Order: sequence, then structure tokens, then C-alpha cells
Amino acid sequence: MNNTTSIVSILLAGILTNNMVLSKFLGICPFLGVSKKVNTAFSMSIAVTLVMVIATAVTWPIYTYLLYPNFTYLETVVFILVIAAIVQLIEVFLKKFIKPIYNALGIYLPLITTNCAVLGITMLNITDELNFVQSLFNALGAGLGFMLAMILFAGVRSKLDTADIPEFLKGLPITLIAAALVALSFLGFAGIGG
Amino acid sequence: MKKSKNLSILTNGIIKENPTLRLVLGTCPTLAVTTAAINGIGMGVAATIVLVCSNAVISLLRNFIPDKVRIPAFITVIAGFVSVVQMLVKAFAPAIDESLGIFLPLIVVNCIILARAEMFASKNPVLPSILDGLGMGIGFTATLTLMGAIRELLGAGTIFSLPVTSEFIDPMIIFLLPPGGFFVFGILVALSNALAKKQGKPIVEHLGCANCPSRGACQNAVLDSEEKPAECEKAEAEKAEKTEEVKTVEKVGGSDE
Repeated sequence: MNNTTSIVSILLAGILTNNMVLSKFLGICPFLGVSKKVNTAFSMSIAVTLVMVIATAVTWPIYTYLLYPNFTYLETVVFILVIAAIVQLIEVFLKKFIKPIYNALGIYLPLITTNCAVLGITMLNITDELNFVQSLFNALGAGLGFMLAMILFAGVRSKLDTADIPEFLKGLPITLIAAALVALSFLGFAGIGG
Repeated sequence: MKKSKNLSILTNGIIKENPTLRLVLGTCPTLAVTTAAINGIGMGVAATIVLVCSNAVISLLRNFIPDKVRIPAFITVIAGFVSVVQMLVKAFAPAIDESLGIFLPLIVVNCIILARAEMFASKNPVLPSILDGLGMGIGFTATLTLMGAIRELLGAGTIFSLPVTSEFIDPMIIFLLPPGGFFVFGILVALSNALAKKQGKPIVEHLGCANCPSRGACQNAVLDSEEKPAECEKAEAEKAEKTEEVKTVEKVGGSDE
């Protein structure tokens, strides 16, 4: 009972209160770069969620059984290399066996290696001292939160195209200010799930 | 002559190609750690050390790293230096380590460092690469400190923890929260665009593939078809110029006949 409530609250926290992009500032590059259209935003976030969960499933045992307690200083190096390898493997696997998914997500995969959201979530699982199941749900929640933020923001940006914007704010500045407003709305979730 | 060239490489990163405001790289730490000016300095200095060291090593190895595995190789070099810096900060400045938190190890995926490795250090000798890293690092530190100071002043009424306006104006806490980060960064980019426009330089339009350090590894570098990376356009323009030159040469040749 206690375990299920904690999993629900971890999921809720990942999606709403501790949203990856809007309150932890992880994964800002894809958030600003790939959010021009709703469907590209959706594919990108599916790919990110997939890689996050798989990366957590691999890095958590590596840290807990191999690196802890003597080699914790290798965390950064090992994690980034493991994530790079996982992304490559997923790409090869999808290309060979599940072609339609590869066609939809393939182009986003190389971008994910250097995505700080993936490395960030695997490290946060360790610093927050979550157990294996909690870590997996934390990664899933973070991925879904990333998706929610991306899709909402893609919707906001599509309105910006037709808006009458002051000359000096055109382009990136107005995008950032729109992101500020979306982040402001997410502040309203603070306190839910405690 | 050579000295002035080196100097221009150094200053290039500070103003002309300021990594945060002009190249728009490393946005995550820019937004996340700038809740106080001192955090900006801490983050900036840590990133500068990694940037200078990794640029130097990658430049030395530039003839040995096979082209196909260069991105993983760069990441490994960078991750090594990040671990070193992480341990140093933990040992000598635990307060900075506390406030930077996860963003200290995340320097490893900071786009600025990978981008400079890919765009500069892998093509240039050691000294210019070190200077480039130093210049970019100083530019990054300066922007982060400025942004940290603005947010600290508005959000807490202090700068470097010294009270400035906190005694007679209620601080606006929103500037310390995530929306304030996006907002202040947006305004700073707008200001830098306005300055650039005054000087007739191109303004920063969007984050596109042109800024992405992984685009070398990315087979489909243009994600939105209407967006063309600036460098592609440049290359095309050069190509067009060349073909025009060829044409004019041909014409000249023709008129000689």
C-alpha cells in the first residue's frame, strides 16, 4: 500500500510538480529546438522517455552493484558512456527489427546522447536514493512530464507564428518569454502530491 | 600579426560569439544555476576549466581520433575532466558543490564544450584551441554572472549576498523561480539582438541545427525543413560565389576569343 502510493506520488511529481523542463531545467535544448510542431515534439518526447527508462534500468544496477561504494567518482564517466552505448544499441535494434518505429524516431536518437535530461535523471535517481522500482517510475514520470511540456509548448508556439510581436522580441526572445509563461502555469501545481 | 590573431580568437568568445547570448549553447545551466551571482561564477569557472583542458587534449589528439568515433571520443575526454573538476569542487568549495548540485556533473553534456571540441579544437593547433576555450569560458562566466546578478537583485534584493534594494523594496521571488529564469534570459537575448542589429550583425532567430553539437553525428541534421542551418547557407553561398567566379572566368575567356 505504502509502496504504491509512493510510486503514484513519484509519477505525479515527475509529470507536474517537479517537471523536468519547467522546474528542473533539464533538456532545455530539445524543448526550445524541436518544439516547432506538435508531431515532431511528440516523437522526440517518446524517444526521450524510452531512452530514459532503459538507461535507468541499466545504470541503476551498475551504480548499486559495481560502483558503490568504492568507485562512485566514476559515476559521470560510466553513465555517459553507458547512455551513449544504449542509444546506439537502440538505434541498431530498431533499424533491424522494428522498422516503422525507427522511421518515426530514428532521427531523434543521436540527439539524445548529449541530452542532459537523460544523464540528469539517471544521476538524480542515485542522489535521491530511490530503489530500483522507484527509479524506473521516476524516469517514466520525468519522460511523461517532458512530453507534456513539449506538447503544450509546441501548441503555444504555433500561436506565436501569427502573433504580432514587437520587432526586437522576434525569434528566440519571445520563445523564451512564452516558456516563462508556461513555466508560470506549472507553478500552480506546486504542493500537489507533497 | 600572429599575436593579434590569437587575441582575436580569445575575444571572439567573449563578445562576438558569446556562447550563451550569440550561439545560444548551454541553456540548461544558464537557466538553472543563475539564482545568485556567485553560482554563476562557480558554474562559469568550472565549465571554463573543463573547456580549456578538453580543448587542449582534443586538439593534441585531433590527428589520432578516427572521424567516425570522434563524438564518443570527445565525450570521454570531457567526462574525464568533468570528474576531476567535480572532485576538486567537492573538496575545496563544498558550498558551490551544494548549490550547483547535479549541474556540476552535467557539464559533461554542456553543448558549449562539445560544440567547441567539434567546431574548433578538432581542426586547430593547441594554442589557439586553448585561447578559444578560455575566451568562450570567460564569455560564459560573464553572462552567467550578469544573469545571476539580475535575478538575485530582483528576486532577493541582494548582489553577491550584499543587500542592495532589499531594505526598501519587497523582493520579487518569482525571479528566483523557473519562470523568472526564462524571462530574464529572454530579455537578455532580446537586448543582445537589439545591440547586434544596431551594428548590422545577424540576430539570433531560433535554436536550430546550426547550433547543435551533435549535428555532425546526426544524419538528418535539419529537423524542420523550413529551417536551414546557417552554416549550410554560408557553404551554399560560397559555392554559388565560386560557380559565379568560374562563370565570369569563362566569360572572360570567351571574350578573349
